[in-house]
Amino acid sequence: MATELRSPLPGTFYRRPAPDQPPFVEDGSDVAVGTVIGLVEVMKTFHEVKAEAAGTAIRFKVENEEPVMAGAVLAEMD
Amino acid sequence: MDLTGLGLFVANRGEIAVRIGRAARGLGMEVIQAHSAADAEMLAVREADRSVEIGPPQASKSYLNIEAVIAAAKESSARAVHPGYGFLSENADFAQAVEEAGLVFVGPQADTIRRMGDKAAARAAAQSAGVPTAPGSEGRIGDLAAATALADKIGYPLMIKAAAGGGGRGIRVAENAEDLASLIPQAQMEARAAFGDDGLYLERMIRDARHVEVQIMGDGTRAVHYYERECSLQRRRQKVWEEAPAACLDDATRAALCASAVRMAEAVGYRGAGTLEYLYEPSTGQFFFMEMNTRIQVEHPVSEEVTGADLIAEMIRVAFGAPLSKTQDEIALRGHAIEVRVNAEDPANNFMPFPGVVGRLHLPEGVRFDHMLYEGYAIPPFYDSLLGKLIVRGEDRADALARLRAALAAIKIDGVTTTLPLYAALAEDPDVIADRAHTRWLESWLETNPITPGR
Repeated sequence: MATELRSPLPGTFYRRPAPDQPPFVEDGSDVAVGTVIGLVEVMKTFHEVKAEAAGTAIRFKVENEEPVMAGAVLAEMD
Repeated sequence: MDLTGLGLFVANRGEIAVRIGRAARGLGMEVIQAHSAADAEMLAVREADRSVEIGPPQASKSYLNIEAVIAAAKESSARAVHPGYGFLSENADFAQAVEEAGLVFVGPQADTIRRMGDKAAARAAAQSAGVPTAPGSEGRIGDLAAATALADKIGYPLMIKAAAGGGGRGIRVAENAEDLASLIPQAQMEARAAFGDDGLYLERMIRDARHVEVQIMGDGTRAVHYYERECSLQRRRQKVWEEAPAACLDDATRAALCASAVRMAEAVGYRGAGTLEYLYEPSTGQFFFMEMNTRIQVEHPVSEEVTGADLIAEMIRVAFGAPLSKTQDEIALRGHAIEVRVNAEDPANNFMPFPGVVGRLHLPEGVRFDHMLYEGYAIPPFYDSLLGKLIVRGEDRADALARLRAALAAIKIDGVTTTLPLYAALAEDPDVIADRAHTRWLESWLETNPITPGR
């Protein structure tokens, strides 16, 4: 059963800390509790999205810099 | 000048788009409102004669996308483009693209924007127009050795600023030569990353500085001022509360300050609305030019309130080639105005943004509130948090403060957490009432005066 990682806030989702840097987490990676998987920009402020559970083989459902609503599924993992 | 029936393309959003649309309608123009996919329901779209979607929610793909905005403006058969503030308003390439598309840009010429956008070039222009600047490097600094020698002459503490910066970004303070040696490489790296330009300059730091700025309007030949504003109440270098005039100035200083701004505007052949920002040092009575903003500013309503002018309408008229509608003698100060910026942020929780759905609106009668709200409006999370500006005018500053307290007691915006409780607290504060706040005052005040929820 896959675990869903959801956005706590509405805004713009970023997979990278900065445009010229690698993603926080690559597709297919394993994730520990508290791992930052991305940022949500809401009204020009940035908020980290952290994994609340551990998992394996993360699969992102949202592209870098894509708009998201609160509760949107950002990624799934096993 | 008759602008009746001509199309004005509004390339902005939020409260300023509403403000521009209303001013344009007052001139008889047709309002064509640009919007992103996330802004189809915004108030400015609802009030416009027509609206055009220019791209997805992300500003970089809509309001900041020069090709998309120009294409939409041309397609709409508009005659002019108003850029508002922020977004493309100070982008010289955009201004040039608008003119090259055969449209009128409501703002200065692209060359003026480019020149004033380079802070070092603006400083040089100020000096040649006889406008006082803080002691500092003349233009960009060279290597560290040259910077250190220069810094010894200017004196510490001093500010290291990015030539391509602005809005308070890219500024560092060096207390001594050791600081300078460690901060310059950092500042260069940051400036290169943030602005693609690592040019730096140095400036003497002003003690207990007050932020004062002069509103000017030019028609390309002549310029006038609409007096000054004081905007010292800032958080993270963002203004939250603005007044006109600046009560800390005496009449002679006010006259010298405003005259210096007009000299600068005329020296560069300025067209449109602009603001010269200065720091004022109360202990010496000296003022120093910092930068010029080549656009309408968020806080323009306080100047309108104390002069009776419509600055947006005037900047549209002069963009179409009309001469200034008023001589300096016809612009007189009447009373005192205060504006507070109502942001969708929680002042009780470190100003966390709060993009909610607007519930019941209780707006005080007879009080100016420039805003983008209506009941049921879902505030999109993709843009800045400014919802509106509450503006009061009184006979004098004490009267304006009393009116502000009354307006704050009456206004209610259900469904959204806003910064209104911060202003209710500030309006009662002895330092604010006595006009003692300098540019760093609010941040330290916030540390000892937490805002409680539901106030």
